[in-house]
Amino acid sequence: MQFFLEVLIGGLLAGIMYSMVAIGFVLIFKASGVFNFAQGSLVLFAALTYVSLVEREVPAWLALLVTLLAMLALGVLIERVVLRPLVNRPPMTLFMATLGLSFIVEGVSQILWGAQVHGLELGISDQPLEFAQVFVSSFDLFAAATAAALVAGLSVLVTRTRLGIALRAVADDPVAAMSLGISLPRVWSIVWAISGVVALVAGLLWGARVGVQFSLSLVVLKALPVLIIGGFTSVAGTIVAGLLVGASEKLAEVYLGPVLQGGIEGWFPYVLALAFLLVRPTGLFGDAVVERA
Amino acid sequence: MSSPAPQLFEAEAYVRSPALSEVVPGPVASRAPGQEPAFGAEPILELLHISLSFKGVRALSDVGFAVRAGEICGLIGPNGAGKSSLLNVMSGVYRPQQGSIHFGGRAHARVDAAWAARHGMARTFQNIALFRGMTVLDNVLTGKTLSTRATFLEQALTLPRARRDAVRQREEAEQVLGLLGIAQHRDSVVGKLPYGLQKRVELGRALAARPTLLLLDEPFAGMSAQEKQAMAELVLEVNTSLGTSVVLIEHDIGIVLDLADHVVVLDYGRKIADDTPERVRQDPAVIDAYLGVDHGATGASAGAS
Repeated sequence: MQFFLEVLIGGLLAGIMYSMVAIGFVLIFKASGVFNFAQGSLVLFAALTYVSLVEREVPAWLALLVTLLAMLALGVLIERVVLRPLVNRPPMTLFMATLGLSFIVEGVSQILWGAQVHGLELGISDQPLEFAQVFVSSFDLFAAATAAALVAGLSVLVTRTRLGIALRAVADDPVAAMSLGISLPRVWSIVWAISGVVALVAGLLWGARVGVQFSLSLVVLKALPVLIIGGFTSVAGTIVAGLLVGASEKLAEVYLGPVLQGGIEGWFPYVLALAFLLVRPTGLFGDAVVERA
Repeated sequence: MSSPAPQLFEAEAYVRSPALSEVVPGPVASRAPGQEPAFGAEPILELLHISLSFKGVRALSDVGFAVRAGEICGLIGPNGAGKSSLLNVMSGVYRPQQGSIHFGGRAHARVDAAWAARHGMARTFQNIALFRGMTVLDNVLTGKTLSTRATFLEQALTLPRARRDAVRQREEAEQVLGLLGIAQHRDSVVGKLPYGLQKRVELGRALAARPTLLLLDEPFAGMSAQEKQAMAELVLEVNTSLGTSVVLIEHDIGIVLDLADHVVVLDYGRKIADDTPERVRQDPAVIDAYLGVDHGATGASAGAS
C-alpha cells in the first residue's frame, strides 16, 4: 500500500510538470486558435538562457529577471512578426508556421548559447520527505507548489482584470469582441507574452529535473496527450489531465511493466489520449467545437 | 407584374395588423409629432463610393450616403442586396476595395473596429454574436471594458480605483439590464436563453458602451409581433432620450418605414433610393426592386429570409 501511494503521488507530481507545459498551449489556443508547436522550444530557450547566464556568473535573481524579460519580448515578437501577418489563414498554415518557428528558436538558442548539455541547479534539494512512511520527492513538491502559484496567478489575471474578460470574449467570438473595442492584436501579444512566462517556469523546472539540453523541447510531445485529455481550451483541464497522465503512466509502468516487459511509460499516455479521442473528443473540460460558416 | 402591389409599402397597415393590435393596444412605436430629434448638421458617418467584392463577386458597387447625427437611418433591400456587407464595411469587419468611410473625424479606407468602438460605434450582429459561455451580466459588462480607468496592476490587486470601476460598471450594466427588461436573467448563461432574449442581451451589450452611433443588423428578425413592438420602442427610446444615432437593417419594411427618419434602399449592391420614408414608399424603383420587375424574377420576395 505504501509503495502504491508512493508511485501514485510521484506520478501525480510528475504529471503537474506536464501540465505546466500544456498551459502555455491552452492560453494561445484559446485566444487565437493557434496550436503553438513552438512552445517546447520556448521552454528550451528559457532554460538555456537562464542556465547560460548563471554559468557566466550572473547572480541568479538577475539571470531570472533577464530571462523573464527576454521571454516577454520573445512572445510579443513572435506574435507580431510571425502570427499577425498570417491572421485568418487556415489552422494548418498557422501550425506549420509554429513548427518552423520551433526550429528557428532552437537554432537561435544554439547560436547564442552553444549546444552543450548543462546542469541546472535551482538550489532545491531532492531529498525524499517522509509523510506517514510514504516518501515524496521534495523537488516534486516544490514543482507542484510553483505550478499552483502559476495557476493562481493566471486565475487572478483572468477573473479580476479587464484582460480576463477580453480573453474570454476573444475566445468566444473575435468579431464581436472587436466591435466592443477589444484590440485583438493587443490581446494576442499579451497572451504570447504570458505563454513566454509559462515557458520560463516550465523550462526551469524541467531543466532542473532532466538537465538543460536540446531534447528539452520534446516535452511538447508529452504535453500533447495532456492537451487532448484535458481539452484544448481549459487551464483547469490541463491540470486534471496532467495529474491523470502522470499517475496512470507511472502506475502502468510499475504494475503492467513486468507483464508487458516495461517501457510502458513512454506510450501509455498516448493510448489514453487515443481512448479519449474516441470517446470524448473535446476532452474533459474542452469546449465543443462549433464550426460557423 | 402589371400592377405593382402598393400595399407592400403601406407600412401603417402592415404594422397595425390585427394580430399586433390585439397583443399591443395603443399606438405602435413611431415617432410622435413634436418628438423629432434635432439632427446635427454634420453627418456622424459618411460613406463615399464604396465598392466591395468577394473573389470577383460584386457585393457593393459605388454606394455612398450619409447618416446625420441623431437620426435613425433605415437600410433596406431585398435578400442579397448587400445590406449586411455594408454594415460590415461601416464597422470594419470588411475592407472595401474602393471608397472611404468617414467616421470619428477621420477618413478610413478600412475602419479599425477597435478604434471605431473607442470613438463611439457599437453594433449588433445578424446571427447573434454573444459570448455564449458567459452570463447575461458578463456579456453586458464586456460592453463596458472601454470605460475601465484602473490599470492592469490595480485590477489584479483590486486597489480602490479598480473597485470603483467595478462598482460603477456593474451599476451601469444593471441599468442597461433594467432598461431592456432582462434584469431577472442577469445570471443566466446566454447560450441557454431563448432567441428573443438573446437579441436583447446583444442590444444591451452594445448600449453598455454608451455609443453615439449604433448599428443594428436585423434586430427584429425571428421575433414575435409583441417582441418586435417592444424592441422598436426600445430603439426609439435609445434614439430620442440618449441621442444615439442608429443605422438599422431590417427585413420588416413596415417597421423601418415607421421608425426611420431616413431610408437608404439597396438592390444588387447598388443604392437605388436615399430619401425620407414617405418618398421611398412611393418610389417606383424601390417597388420594382422588391417585386423583381427589373430582374425578371418570378414574384415578390420582399421580407422573406
